[in-house]
Amino acid sequence: MAKAHVYKRDHINTDEIIPARYLNTDDAAELGKHCLEDLDPDFVKKCRPGDVIVAGDDFGCGSSREHAVWAIQAAQVGAVIAHSFARIFYRNCINGGFYPIELPGALEKIRDGDVLEIDYQNGTIHNKTQGQIIRFTPLPDFALDIIKDGGLLEHIKKTMKLNA
Amino acid sequence: MAMTITEKILARAAGKPAVKAGDLINARIDMIMCHDVTTPPAISMLKKRGIDRVFDPDKIVVTPDHFQPAKDIPSAELHKRLDRWAREKKIRYYYPLGRAGVCHALLPEQGHIRPGEVIVGGDSHTCTYGAFAAFSTGIGSTDLAAAIASGVLWFKVPASMKFVLNGTLPDGVCSKDVILEIIRRIGTDGALYRAMEFVGPALKQMSMEARMTITNMAIEAGAKSGVIGFDETVRAYLDGRLKGKTDYIVFESDADAEYISTEVIDCSSLEPMAAFPHLPSNGKPISECAGLPMDQAYIGSCTNGRMEDLRLAAGVMKGRKVKIRTIIVPATPQIWKQMLDEGLAEIFYEAGCVISAPTCGACLGGFMGILAEGERCISTTNRNFVGRMGHPKSEVYLAGPALAAASAVEGKLTDPRRFL
Repeated sequence: MAKAHVYKRDHINTDEIIPARYLNTDDAAELGKHCLEDLDPDFVKKCRPGDVIVAGDDFGCGSSREHAVWAIQAAQVGAVIAHSFARIFYRNCINGGFYPIELPGALEKIRDGDVLEIDYQNGTIHNKTQGQIIRFTPLPDFALDIIKDGGLLEHIKKTMKLNA
Repeated sequence: MAMTITEKILARAAGKPAVKAGDLINARIDMIMCHDVTTPPAISMLKKRGIDRVFDPDKIVVTPDHFQPAKDIPSAELHKRLDRWAREKKIRYYYPLGRAGVCHALLPEQGHIRPGEVIVGGDSHTCTYGAFAAFSTGIGSTDLAAAIASGVLWFKVPASMKFVLNGTLPDGVCSKDVILEIIRRIGTDGALYRAMEFVGPALKQMSMEARMTITNMAIEAGAKSGVIGFDETVRAYLDGRLKGKTDYIVFESDADAEYISTEVIDCSSLEPMAAFPHLPSNGKPISECAGLPMDQAYIGSCTNGRMEDLRLAAGVMKGRKVKIRTIIVPATPQIWKQMLDEGLAEIFYEAGCVISAPTCGACLGGFMGILAEGERCISTTNRNFVGRMGHPKSEVYLAGPALAAASAVEGKLTDPRRFL
């Protein structure tokens, strides 16, 4: 039962996802406690494992801090669906094995509290509350390969024989 | 095939005769910038996976800057991890406390940035180095780990947007106003995934320091990189400064290279600007916003913490007193020393400012100048997001150093041209 937490906002930035006052650690569990704190202080309390963040354009803009992705992962968020993503955040997601779903118009198709089921293979979101199937464009193959391997480092370890 | 400067630099790094926007490439990395927030996790990732190696200890620059000197025990632990690793791996260019500075001011100043190279750093403002006709972009910790171990990263070659800077900057208007105007026009995602290429006659009158303010904020428009072509100003800055390899390759965009858009900025018509909360795209000319009361002024950062910036601020403050808390942060030890030598420290002291050690500090809400609930700060930094410098209900106004200094003197947003 993945529930949608909808934020009708563009430019939700890395300072809102994980404020710099918590960047003195890279402990993911600690970061997870403060996920989205400056945007929605109740988010961590509300979020159940597998729940989904839904937002507008340019999600994750700002800093290169991968701590933003770790905070989201540690808060046990299942997916982020946004109209578009900022470049470094998007790349950090893929590198960390976390699938960013780009879906223009997501805020019109998904309401706060909707129950969603995501099929990454086929690029579909089943909005069970509204009884709708929403299609999204799956990631390109090279990015899927990185996610399948569990992230960029596992991927290059395999492909570049770094141990040699 | 006609190429942009960005395509040419990336083609060389990929070992290909040509690349075009949209191509996926594996690029060899020429230089990596490492600081105290994003590098320790990268080191841990490599250790955890048994690939704890460094592709080339001469091609990595390490400087703690975000929380240095350490602000608390956890940040001291980050510094310890960074320090141990830098020493163990015999990183050739390691700048510990005393020589450490705000990374994007330090690397060019210390001669680590060469034209034609591919530079990455674990910090979004790594795009600063594009002012030296280089390709330079910010990355997260996993990419950083991959780059440190392998010296190679994948990139999608960005399409380029051209920004033509015409005219000349009027007195009292600075390069910060130019980039704030550009971001105001195109928005904080107006250059998403793109390379922003800056050309035009107005660049001729800008020093390397002024140019770096422009490329520094390319990320604030969502860009992958910002770039300015090579000229005599670049050559003069680099002569006698480069460490290690002193030769470099100069690439320039072909006359018929492809751009997805062209934006013309008449610099002669600009006035000093302030970007209102909570986006860098909320720029307003000072004539429309003067008088708003401020609680703090912050003059520093990788955007405007260099010598020229401090001179502009001191020029306004000389013989005057500030009405609000004012924090001056020279971005590197060398700037700190030069500030003393030129008598600027005296001016700042007499005006009632405090001068900090080089640090990113309060720019990102770390320490050394955090805002309380409801407070407003006029700041020469690059971001004014919610909670950026402190309490989520505090406000940051972005501007150039003269406007920030004038606002410090008056305690409210003030046109610096009054003090020319």
